[in-house]
Amino acid sequence: MPIIVEKLTHTYMPGTENEHVAVDNVSLTINEGEFFGIIGHTGSGKSTFIQHLNGLVQPTSGKVTVDGFDMSDKKQRQKGRALVGMVFQYPDYQLFDSTVLDDVAFGPKNLGQSEEEAKKSAAEAMKTVGLDPELFGEKSPFELSGGEKRRAALAGIIAMKPKYLVLDEPMAGLDPSGRRDVVATIDALRRELGCTVIMVSHSMEDVARSAERIAVLNEGKLYALGTPDEIFSKTQELIDMGLDAPQTARLAEALRQKGCDVPESIYTNERFIEWFRGLKHV
Amino acid sequence: MFKDITLGQYVPGDSFLHKLDPRTKIMLMIAYIVAVFLVQRIEIFALVIIFTVAVTLLSKVSITYLFKALKPMKFLLPLMFLMNLFLIKTGDLLVEWWIFKIYSDGLKNAFFIVLRLATLVAGTSLLTLTTTPIALTDGLEKLLSPLKVIKFPAHELAMMMTIALRFIPTLIEEADKIMKAQLARGADFESGNVFKRAKAMLPILIPLFVNSFRRADELAMAMESRCYHGGNGRTRMRVLCFTWRDLVAVLVMAALIAAIVISQKLIPAVF
Repeated sequence: MPIIVEKLTHTYMPGTENEHVAVDNVSLTINEGEFFGIIGHTGSGKSTFIQHLNGLVQPTSGKVTVDGFDMSDKKQRQKGRALVGMVFQYPDYQLFDSTVLDDVAFGPKNLGQSEEEAKKSAAEAMKTVGLDPELFGEKSPFELSGGEKRRAALAGIIAMKPKYLVLDEPMAGLDPSGRRDVVATIDALRRELGCTVIMVSHSMEDVARSAERIAVLNEGKLYALGTPDEIFSKTQELIDMGLDAPQTARLAEALRQKGCDVPESIYTNERFIEWFRGLKHV
Repeated sequence: MFKDITLGQYVPGDSFLHKLDPRTKIMLMIAYIVAVFLVQRIEIFALVIIFTVAVTLLSKVSITYLFKALKPMKFLLPLMFLMNLFLIKTGDLLVEWWIFKIYSDGLKNAFFIVLRLATLVAGTSLLTLTTTPIALTDGLEKLLSPLKVIKFPAHELAMMMTIALRFIPTLIEEADKIMKAQLARGADFESGNVFKRAKAMLPILIPLFVNSFRRADELAMAMESRCYHGGNGRTRMRVLCFTWRDLVAVLVMAALIAAIVISQKLIPAVF
């Protein structure tokens, strides 16, 4: 069963001078097993939007259902929340326990697992994200490097075995090797656990590689929804909206403007290289 | 969850009161407290109330803010009233019912104490309503600077207050985010007894503290890299200076105190 978002609107501080419509009448469906990307400029409402998927904020109007559980209903929300794992942008907001293993086991324990079961789930989750439980398990989470912290935070969610995994800007502020680690971890998760991944980013580059469908949010509204081919055929529009286009897409766009006939489906390095090699033969 | 908290009561404006030097306002607030305590008879409070209302009108701050300032005392005031009403057993017996006895002194005292507390809180709240927190700490620093002679850290104290005020909204926002991150991990802050709930706060408090220490470290670094080395020889962008307004305000306050003292001496007690 999918996540269904119907006519979702969220207004901050309604009725005051600071009233602000963060999400405006957004409807979409996220199917089981897909890799769903959400891109938008800072302040486009993407963070507010995904917090609804987990019932952390309540819609001003509209409805979110996760596998049939209505997230505005208090009892159903608990069940829905167990299905949706949410990884926030900054791991510093969630790491707290004295050891990494204990910290990762916090979620499973809250789900009602015994101390032993929780530690077992935690160790498994740590392996999945590429943190050796032997090596990192007894370390303090505050000793870890930026990329390791992020993977520890991710493990904390994966240990709860969510069906849907929501990642808020998982690459932001990481160095290239940290980014590669996170990308590899997400790919492994999809492969091994069959997770539905919902990834939020302001950088199209991150989403371009692996998302199967992409939603573009702009000023709280759903600007576009479609496959990467459909979305990145509008590269110029997205750049005008203030988004970071993938470098390759920008290169292709620049070449097009110089009169070079680059097909619009080229926005990743791999495709560009393929296309370029093809050119040489001609 | 924390988004709706409004911090600092400052109400922007450019009234006479807003334009006063913060030092004058702090001193006048102290004088006001003295004035309130000088009042020994209930009817003299009329002077204080008229003064407070007049100053509020002058500040163009809605009078409802004064009542808002009284809101945290919604339990204390009735309690004080009732305790004075029933526990003072001098004067004439007015009412007797079952075990409750109300005497004339009790009734007088009950009103007296409530009026004193209410005027005290409502009047002093005008200071924070018309002064920005930054101006307030600036004023406090200047007022305390004579104490530097005896090694009192006036500048450091003011800087600490300024920094603390600056980071309150940041901390609230951060606490909100941490709370959401832990809620997403199935944390439960609302059920169980007091101890269980206190323990449930740990996953919020620890990241909050760790992040605060890290931020304090970064802030110290940023200040040092801009050559901050304490208050010695430091000049200010906004230099505080007294104007004719401050003189007028001081004279008005002096008049109030004089009026209270004189009327207490000359007008015979009514009650």
